[in-house]
Amino acid sequence: MDSTTIIGVVSIITAGLTTAIGTMFPALGEGKAVSTALSSLAQQPDAAPTITRTLFVGLAMIESTAIYCFVLSMILIFANPFWNHVIGN
Amino acid sequence: MKLSPDQTIFWEYGFITINLTIVTTWVLIVVLVITARLITKNLKTDIHISRWQCFLEMLVTIIGNQIKEVGLKNTREYIGFIGSLFLFIAFANICIIFPWYVPPTGSLSTTAALAICVFLAVPFFGIIKLGFLKYIKSYTKPTIFMLPFNMISEVSRTLALAIRLFGNVMSGGMIVTILLSVAPFVFPVIMNALGLLTGIVQAYIFSILATVYIAAAVEGVKSDEEKLTIIK
Repeated sequence: MDSTTIIGVVSIITAGLTTAIGTMFPALGEGKAVSTALSSLAQQPDAAPTITRTLFVGLAMIESTAIYCFVLSMILIFANPFWNHVIGN
Repeated sequence: MKLSPDQTIFWEYGFITINLTIVTTWVLIVVLVITARLITKNLKTDIHISRWQCFLEMLVTIIGNQIKEVGLKNTREYIGFIGSLFLFIAFANICIIFPWYVPPTGSLSTTAALAICVFLAVPFFGIIKLGFLKYIKSYTKPTIFMLPFNMISEVSRTLALAIRLFGNVMSGGMIVTILLSVAPFVFPVIMNALGLLTGIVQAYIFSILATVYIAAAVEGVKSDEEKLTIIK
């Protein structure tokens, strides 16, 4: 195998794994956050605005880890620096 | 496939490049400024106000209330900065309902610029409120050993702000592009509607995080005596 093939194979597999693992755990975390927020909403409906705001900010924080993984896999597929280096030479 | 609107270049001279991101940002700024100017040209304190004035008053009141809830008491000082951040990002994200529109927030350069604005605004408001020495001193709280960690967190949260907004908006556009080639009829519309939702949420998150950071810098770390008086 020449270096372009190796880089292509490794990049594609890594991109898939990055998105798969990187969305799995943030999804678990978000589910936990939402379920906790819902149960506290049911207990204290008066605190709904505060809980909702904190929930949204927290969800965005959790989701940003998944977004980092997504950006990384996008870079690996569409703007791979190693691939461009090998092609450029 | 184009990853960001930065790659569409209209005009280039030396290191100055006019690309689609810059042009869209200019158009958005002009539209926002002219609309605001037209609405606020003849404001009334009557019972009968124009519909647009009512809309604008609602918007300003809502943003002010959100800032107040986070903990910044003097809303008027901060609404100029935080409100413009929210309005610009929200408007840039809502405009995806227009065909052939590429949101400038889907390019890392725009979001990095916005995040750097927040990065600079935090010490700006902090020094205005606390004074230079007291603000610098807040980095060494609780102990002097926390100084490098506080500085690292300052940089890393700026990076996180930029990447979060960029990733969310870019992934929305990317999903629509991919779905267009797979299921071109209904699904892209649904994903676009979802993009509208995430766009608004991201604008909200960006501005609320900026508010939280500024509030943390403005309040400083309370001294032990102040804590005691609160407990009493």
